[in-house]
Amino acid sequence: MAEIRVMREDLLPPKEPPRRHLISIGDLGRDDVERLLGTARNFERSLERELKKLPTLRGKTVVNLFYESSTRTSSSFELAAKRLSADTMSIKSAGSSVDKGESLKDTALTLGAYDPDVIVIRHPQIGAPQLVARYTNAHIVNAGDGKHQHPTQALLDLYTISEELGRIEGLHVAIVGDVLHSRVARSNIQALALMGARVTLVGPPPLIPRGIEAMGCEVSYEIDAIKAADVVYVLRMQRERMAEGANFVPSLREYTARWGVTPERLRPGQKVMHPGPMNRGVEIDPVVADAADALIEQQVRSGLVVRMAVLYDLLTHGPAGVQAAALHEIGAA
Amino acid sequence: MLFGKQGRDDLVIRGAHVLDTAAGVDAVLDVRVDGGTIAQLGTNLETNAHRVVDGQGLVLAPAFVDPHVHLRTPGREDEETIASGTAAAAAGGYCAILAMPNTEPVVDSAAVLGSLAETAQAEADVPVGFLAAITRNQGGAELTEMAELASAGAAAFTDDGQPVVAPGLMRRALQYGAVTRRRLALHCEEPTLSKGGQMHEGAVSAELGFEGYPSVAESLMVERDLALAAYERQPLHLLHLSARESVEALSRAQVAGVVATGEVTPHHLCLTDEAVRSLDPNVKMNPPLRAEEDRQALIAGLRDGTIGAVATDHAPHARHEKEVPFEAAPFGVTGLETAFSALYTHLVEPGLLKLETLLERMSAGPARAYGLDAPRIAVGAPANLVLLDLKASRRVSESDFRSRSANSWLLGQTVKGKVRLTIAAGRVAFEG
Repeated sequence: MAEIRVMREDLLPPKEPPRRHLISIGDLGRDDVERLLGTARNFERSLERELKKLPTLRGKTVVNLFYESSTRTSSSFELAAKRLSADTMSIKSAGSSVDKGESLKDTALTLGAYDPDVIVIRHPQIGAPQLVARYTNAHIVNAGDGKHQHPTQALLDLYTISEELGRIEGLHVAIVGDVLHSRVARSNIQALALMGARVTLVGPPPLIPRGIEAMGCEVSYEIDAIKAADVVYVLRMQRERMAEGANFVPSLREYTARWGVTPERLRPGQKVMHPGPMNRGVEIDPVVADAADALIEQQVRSGLVVRMAVLYDLLTHGPAGVQAAALHEIGAA
Repeated sequence: MLFGKQGRDDLVIRGAHVLDTAAGVDAVLDVRVDGGTIAQLGTNLETNAHRVVDGQGLVLAPAFVDPHVHLRTPGREDEETIASGTAAAAAGGYCAILAMPNTEPVVDSAAVLGSLAETAQAEADVPVGFLAAITRNQGGAELTEMAELASAGAAAFTDDGQPVVAPGLMRRALQYGAVTRRRLALHCEEPTLSKGGQMHEGAVSAELGFEGYPSVAESLMVERDLALAAYERQPLHLLHLSARESVEALSRAQVAGVVATGEVTPHHLCLTDEAVRSLDPNVKMNPPLRAEEDRQALIAGLRDGTIGAVATDHAPHARHEKEVPFEAAPFGVTGLETAFSALYTHLVEPGLLKLETLLERMSAGPARAYGLDAPRIAVGAPANLVLLDLKASRRVSESDFRSRSANSWLLGQTVKGKVRLTIAAGRVAFEG
């Protein structure tokens, strides 16, 4: 077809200097991911020291703007910024002017007036981070937008896998459960495919979006398919996203019976991951969740250093050993 | 059935390439308009002291008819009025437009229709036909008083924006067409399949995480309505077709003798769901942009005449309503001022559609679908003419719009093909 660019003039990348964001894993190349994981590794070593705080981002401001409830993501971003000596400000939709009906654009303009260096945003609607990027001069980090993307989750999962298994390339990862409603799944499929892993999605047909194979993964509706994987990544059953009568699955009981990840369905040595919060006894058997092969706590720990790496990477041009600049500009595909 | 300003202008358009294949005209000619009526075609015509417009290097064609416009009046005059919408239509080369009844209040009574017709008579730069609702308040439960509405001047009937969900009610509305002698224009959408859908269901929606609005949500309803129309032997018009399966169903029904017409929008002809990757709320519309194979089927359907009409589905929205995340934005884009340029640039220039075909589908085609007189370039016909500069290009920018809204998917793009002059109902309605 004829080349048609649908890009409003005010969405075109600014001229100088390019402002970098992390909105989607699609913004990253393999080099970017490797650089970020390397930076995270350096930070992990620094955290073994007695004095955990680094002066790196002193004087920088990081705003956490959360329109959805979150425990691990918001706390780890806040701690990551503090460990790097940045000033942080956390805004939650409840109790803020959002409650009074303020639009996202106006909230962005208001926050932008303080010249924050980074805005970390979580929002229930796809495209919210792009909108905030348009109306502020901050670097935007997407901490989850609707069912679209949650790139720092995928980066921390890559980090966890590579620390535990020594590599990502060539591994087989099964992602099990409610893919349809999961930004974690979308980010991870992209990230794992980018790094050369093989991905199989497993779950009930109504919860596997039609056409998702185009992202570079396989699909199976049989839970037995997880046996072949090196890593079994269990998604949360997002009960709050499943409207009454939507009939994605007849019942949670039937889901658990068919697709629950139980000890019997795993083989020894398989690693199990879950982005949290877990519904124990629904998508994951408590025995699996607490087993030695579960990497769930490691994922939380990785979250801190990976988010430190992301903030650091966006705000610096990198010292020796860390390559300069280039999380991709949004839209500059 | 059309309400708007009428004119009795005198002028001569000199030396344009006059192109009206239906009238058998395809030559460089002068055209003289006397008192709003085409008086003479020829070379070196006397000017009779008329104003002379230099048409050299330009194409003179029958002006366009847009069968699908949302004028947002009454109720949302901040988004569009009859005056601004028809000024936009004139700038786009249109000599007649049809307005949809999904306003606030809905056009479901002769009183509302009458007041619109009166305003249009005084203010409309381009004559407007008003469609009335099929069901009261477009609620999908009770029929409107269709005979009275038809007598009051309703051009046709539609619940556009909403499907008529219940098949029994759809059938009654079709039966009543024998009395009103007006078409039903149908927005085909099976609501339990499209529910929550933000964009076409496919690889792009799977990747972006949007809820899908599958093609079958449209084509299933298209098939149902065609089956009912066949059974009742009543004509119907299918609004804004987007899916390959819908075009195929329409074609089969036409072959089987059903009197059915269809329309397609510039955005469905030029874009696919890939455009949604930009997350620009100005590529969000209902029905959604679909896959490349759908786009190709729509182009083929327009080419072979299965789809007889181009319709803009001009849907103005207030700026603040589109300056939100994609998911929160309302459906719809503007189109009156960009339709010809968009289609000339994206279909005619690359060789996908002949210029003559595009001109026919933007003018006589839509007129035929609603039983209106087709604009034509012939002696004695009312002057409904558009003068087109195919070589001129422009960058689409908000400041050029006459519409009150600027939610165009073409903002910032450079397009070819410019309207230089529009004559609607014998009156110069636009010069650019």
